[in-house]
Amino acid sequence: MKTVLLTIEKKVTLTIDNETVKVPEGTTVLEAAKIAGIHIPTLCYLKDINKAGACRICLVEANGSLQASCVLPVSEGMVVKTNTPLIRQMRKHILALILANHNSSCPTCIRNNNCELQTLAKELNLREEIFEREYSRHIDDFSPSVVRDDSKCINCGRCVNVCNDVQTVGVLGFVHRSDRTKVAPVYDKSLAELSCINCGQCIVNCPVGALREKDNTDLVWEALADETKHVVVQTAPAVRAALGEEFGLPMGTSVTGKMVAALRRLGFDKVFDTDFAADVTIMEEGTELLDRLNNGGVLPLITSCSPGWIKFCEHKFPELIPHLSSCKSPQNMMGALLKSHYAKMNGLDPKDIVVVSVMPCTAKKFEVQREELEVDGIRDVDISITTRELARMIKEARIEFNRLEDEAFDDFYGDSTGAAVIFGATGGVMEAAIRTVADILTGQDIEEVNYEAVRGVEGIKEAEIQITPELKIKVAVVHGGANVKALMERVLSGEAQYHFIEVMACPGGCVNGGGQPIVPDKVKMETDVRAERAKALYYEDSAILPRRKSHKNPSVQKLYREFLEEPNSSLAHKLLHTTYVNRQ
Amino acid sequence: MKQVHFITELFDKYDGRSLQAYLNVGGFASLQKTIEIGSEAVLTEIDASGLQGRGGAAYPTGKKLRQAQAEKAARKFVVCNADEGEPGTFKDRELLKCNIYQVIEGMVIAGICTQSQEGIIYVREEYTNMHDEIRNAIAECYSHNYLGKNILGSPYNFDLKLFSGAGSYVCGEGFAMCESMEGKSGRPRSKPPYVKQEGFLNLPTLVINTETLSTIVSIIKHGADSFRRYGTEESPGTKLISISGKVNRPGVYEIPFGLTIREIINDLAGGIRNGKKGHFVQIGGASGGILPEWLWDTPYTYEDLAKAGLSVGSGAIVVADEDNSLLDYLKVVQDFFSHESCGKCTPCREGNRQLRFIFERITDGTVTVADYDRLEIVLDVMGKASLCGSGKTEVVPFRTAQRYFPELFLTKESLEAKKAVV
Ligand SMILES: Cc1cc2nc3c(=O)[nH]c(=O)nc-3n(C[C@H](O)[C@H](O)[C@H](O)COP(=O)(O)O)c2cc1C
Ligand code: SF4
Ligand code: SF4
Ligand code: SF4
Ligand code: SF4
Ligand code: FES
Repeated sequence: MKTVLLTIEKKVTLTIDNETVKVPEGTTVLEAAKIAGIHIPTLCYLKDINKAGACRICLVEANGSLQASCVLPVSEGMVVKTNTPLIRQMRKHILALILANHNSSCPTCIRNNNCELQTLAKELNLREEIFEREYSRHIDDFSPSVVRDDSKCINCGRCVNVCNDVQTVGVLGFVHRSDRTKVAPVYDKSLAELSCINCGQCIVNCPVGALREKDNTDLVWEALADETKHVVVQTAPAVRAALGEEFGLPMGTSVTGKMVAALRRLGFDKVFDTDFAADVTIMEEGTELLDRLNNGGVLPLITSCSPGWIKFCEHKFPELIPHLSSCKSPQNMMGALLKSHYAKMNGLDPKDIVVVSVMPCTAKKFEVQREELEVDGIRDVDISITTRELARMIKEARIEFNRLEDEAFDDFYGDSTGAAVIFGATGGVMEAAIRTVADILTGQDIEEVNYEAVRGVEGIKEAEIQITPELKIKVAVVHGGANVKALMERVLSGEAQYHFIEVMACPGGCVNGGGQPIVPDKVKMETDVRAERAKALYYEDSAILPRRKSHKNPSVQKLYREFLEEPNSSLAHKLLHTTYVNRQ
Repeated sequence: MKQVHFITELFDKYDGRSLQAYLNVGGFASLQKTIEIGSEAVLTEIDASGLQGRGGAAYPTGKKLRQAQAEKAARKFVVCNADEGEPGTFKDRELLKCNIYQVIEGMVIAGICTQSQEGIIYVREEYTNMHDEIRNAIAECYSHNYLGKNILGSPYNFDLKLFSGAGSYVCGEGFAMCESMEGKSGRPRSKPPYVKQEGFLNLPTLVINTETLSTIVSIIKHGADSFRRYGTEESPGTKLISISGKVNRPGVYEIPFGLTIREIINDLAGGIRNGKKGHFVQIGGASGGILPEWLWDTPYTYEDLAKAGLSVGSGAIVVADEDNSLLDYLKVVQDFFSHESCGKCTPCREGNRQLRFIFERITDGTVTVADYDRLEIVLDVMGKASLCGSGKTEVVPFRTAQRYFPELFLTKESLEAKKAVV
C-alpha cells in the first residue's frame, strides 16, 4: 500500500471566457483553460520540457493585457479571454510570421498529417500566406541517426531543452541573434561530430519536420528486391507496443500479430523476434552478474542494451566502462546468431543473409555501424529501421494493417518469453534478470515473478532483493539522461552502492524511444505516453506469453545445448560480447 | 537656468580615480546619513523626490526599492545597469568615468535600503577601457570599509563586483542581464515571475540604472526639496541627456526637466551644424520616437513627450537636419534591431525579418501597397505580442514617423490615389 500525502493546496478562482474555474495555485492559464474546456493553441510549450514563452501563439487577454498563457500563473479574480477578435487576429498573424520563415512543403514532408504547425494553420483557419518567405536551407545529414533540416525549424527550442535538460547531453543550442537566430548543433558542427548520443528524443519532441531519423527504408526495399539475398527481419519488444498508433489504434494496443503479418507481406523471408535475443541476453548477462558477484568482479554491473546510454557513458563517464556488461545488445546478439547458427542450420552463406532490425530507437542505427559489432568480418546487423519507418513501408505497400489477421513469428528465433517482452519498458531488463538469477541461485522455479519495485516511470528506482537467505542484492533502474547522470555521479563518488544497474537513455525506456511514433503535444498534455505503452508489454508478459522467464525459453535452451554450450562460453564470447571506446 | 549641476555636481571637481579626493569633496556623506537615519527615512526621502527610473521604463524609484525590500530571501542582489546599449546614449559612461565613487555609494545605499548584501555593476563590454578603473575604485572602497563587512562600523554588509557585459543591446533588459551573468546567452525570460522576485540565480534582484543610483546619492545629500526645485510637478528634478547628430556641440548635459527640445538644441548643443535647418529628432534611443522640427517647442518632460507619443527613454536625443532623409534614418534604426534583437520570440524575430524586406524595397524603390499593408500588421504584432520591451517599443519610431509624416509610407500610386479622392 502506498501512503498518500495530504497536502492542503490553495485554490484560485478565475473566469475564462465567462466560465468560472477553480484551480490550484500555480496552475498556468493554459492549464486552467483546459479545465474549462478550451484548448489554447501552443507551439513552443511542451509539458515538462519547454516553458519558454517564445512563440507567443498562446496569447490571451488576462485582465485586459495580452499575455502568453503557457507561462502565466493564474491569480485570484483574474479575467481571461481567449477568443476575442484581437486574439484570433494575433494568432493568425503570428502563425503567418512563422510560416514566412518556414519551408512549407507539406505533401513531401516527413510530418505531413502529424505536424503541430500544419494542424494549427488548419485549426486557426489561416487561409493565406501573408509574408515574404525566407528560410535557411541547411541540412545536417551526416549523423547515421538524426537528420536536421533547418528549413523546417521554427526555433521553438524544445529540442534544445530536451537535449540539455532531459538528456543532459547538450549538443543543441541557439546561435546568432535577431532574424538570423537559429537552433543548431553547438560549435557549428554536425551532430555526427559531437557527443550526440543519437537517442532521437529531439525528434519525437519536435513539433514540425525539422528533425527526423535517417531514413533507411530504401535500403530495405533494395534488399527485399534482391533475389540473391535471404532477408530476415527482427523486431524489438517496444515496436509492437506502439506501431498501432501509426494506424490510428489507441495508445497501448499491442499489435504483435498484425505486425508479423505485415512484415511477411512486405516480403521478408523470415520474421523473427528480437525478444529471443533478449532471452539470450539474460542468460549471458545473468551469468556475467553471478560471475562478478562470486569472483570479486567489478561491481556494479551496468546493462549495455541501450546504445544511447553506451555512447553517453563513453563520452561522459569513461571511468565506468569496466562496469558495463560486455554483452552486445539484443539487436546485435540476434544478428550475430542469425549469421552463424541460423546460417549453419539452414545451409546459408552468411554473406547472403541481410539482417534488418525494426527498433523503437534511432541510436540503433548508429549501433549497427559500430566497428566492433561484427564477427570475422561479417556485420551483425545490416540495416536498422525505426517503428516509424516500418509504418511508412507498410503504408507505401498499401497493406491495410488494421484488417490483417494475426500471424505468429517464425519458429525458433521467434520464440520468446514474458521476460524478454518487458525489455521494452524501464525496469524490464532488471526484472527479467532477477527472474532468472533468482531461479538459478535458489535452484527453484519461483512462482512470484512480478517485481513491482523496479516498474513504473519514476526516474531512479532502487530496490533490495533477497534472492537467497544469504544473498541480498541491491539494484537500481534508471532512465533518461539527466537521471542517469545524477545516478552515475553518485556511483562514482561512492555515495551509492549497487550490485546491478539497468540503464536506458530514453525517459521511460524503449517504449518512448526516439524511433517511436510521434505523439501530438495535445495528447502529451493529458497522457503519460511511457506508462500507456508499457501497459501493452506488461499485458503480453502476464496474459499472453506462456513462459515468463528467459531460461525457460525452449529454443534458447536448445541453442545452448546444441551450439553455444553454455552462457559465457568462448563461442558465446566471440559472438555475443563486445568492447567499448573511451570517447572523452 | 539651462544646464545645471545637481547629479554632476562633482564632475571635474575631483580626481575621479581617487577615493581620498572623493572624500575631500564630501563623498560618502549620503552613505553616512543613510546609516544614521536608517532605510525608512531614506526611502521616504526618495519617495518625496518623485524620482523615476532613468533606465528607460521610468518606474518610480522609491516604489521599486520598497518592492525590492519586501522580497524575502537569504540572498538578494542589486545590479547596477551600466550596459548602456541604446544608440546615441553615453551618459552612464560619464557617470562611471567622472564619478564612479558616487555610483558605488548609490549601490551601497540601495543595498542597505533593500537588505541586499551583494551587488554587481554590469558594465557594457565596449567600456573595457574603464573596467580597470572601476575595479580599482571597488578595491579602494573595500580597503577603507566602504564595502565589505560592517560598513563604517554599521551592522550592514555589502559586497560589490564588476561584470563585463556580453556585448548585446538586449542584455540591458533585466532578465537578459541575469541570464548573461549566469553565463547563458542574453535572452529575456517571460514574466511573471519578475526580476525583482526571481532574477539572477533565480533570487530577488534589483536592477537599477547608473544614473538613478547617482541621483539617489544627490537626493539624500541635498534633500528631496532641492531636487524638486528643478523640473515640473510630474517630472521633478534633473536629467542627463546625451545629444548627438547634426549639432555643433554634441555631448552629455544635465538639464532640468521642462526645457524645450529647441532650447536644448540651440542653447546647450550650439544649434544645428553649418546653419542648416532642423528636420526631426529621435528621443530616447533606438526605440525612441521621432519628433518633427515643428514640434521642437515641446518641453522635455515625461508628460509632454507622452502627449506627443514619445518618452524620455534613455535620455538620448539624436538630431537630424534637412539633409537627412527620414526613411534612410528609419532604415538604420531597423538595421540596428536586425542586428541586436535577441531573436527569441516570434513577433520580434520574424517581424524584423519582414521589416528588413520592406525597407529594402523602400530603398530600391520597388515597394508596393501590399508591403505597407504588411508593415501595418508587423508593427501591430510586434508592439502587442513581443516578449520583452525591445520588440514592444521598437515600433515607436515607425509609429511616430507615420503620425508626423503621414505621407512617408505611401507609394507613388497610393499617394496619387489618395490625392484623387481629396
Ligand atoms: C531591450 C532593452 C534594453 C535596455 N537597456 C538598458 C540599458 O542599457 N540601461 C539601462 O539602465 N536600462 C536598460 N533597459 C531598462 C531595464 O530593463 C530596466 O528597466 C532598468 O535598468 C531599471 O532601472 P531604473 O529603474 O533605474 O530605470 C533596457 C530595457 C530593454 C527592454
Ligand atoms: S513541418 Fe509541418 S507545416 Fe512544415 S512542411 Fe512539414 S508538415 Fe508542412
Ligand atoms: S539525438 Fe539525443 S543527444 Fe542527439 S541531439 Fe537529439 S536529443 Fe541530443
Ligand atoms: S528543430 Fe524542432 S524542436 Fe528544435 S527548435 Fe527547431 S522546430 Fe523546435
Ligand atoms: S522582443 Fe525581441 S529582444 Fe525581446 S525577447 Fe523577443 S526577440 Fe528578444
Ligand atoms: S509562448 Fe506559449 S506556447 Fe509558445
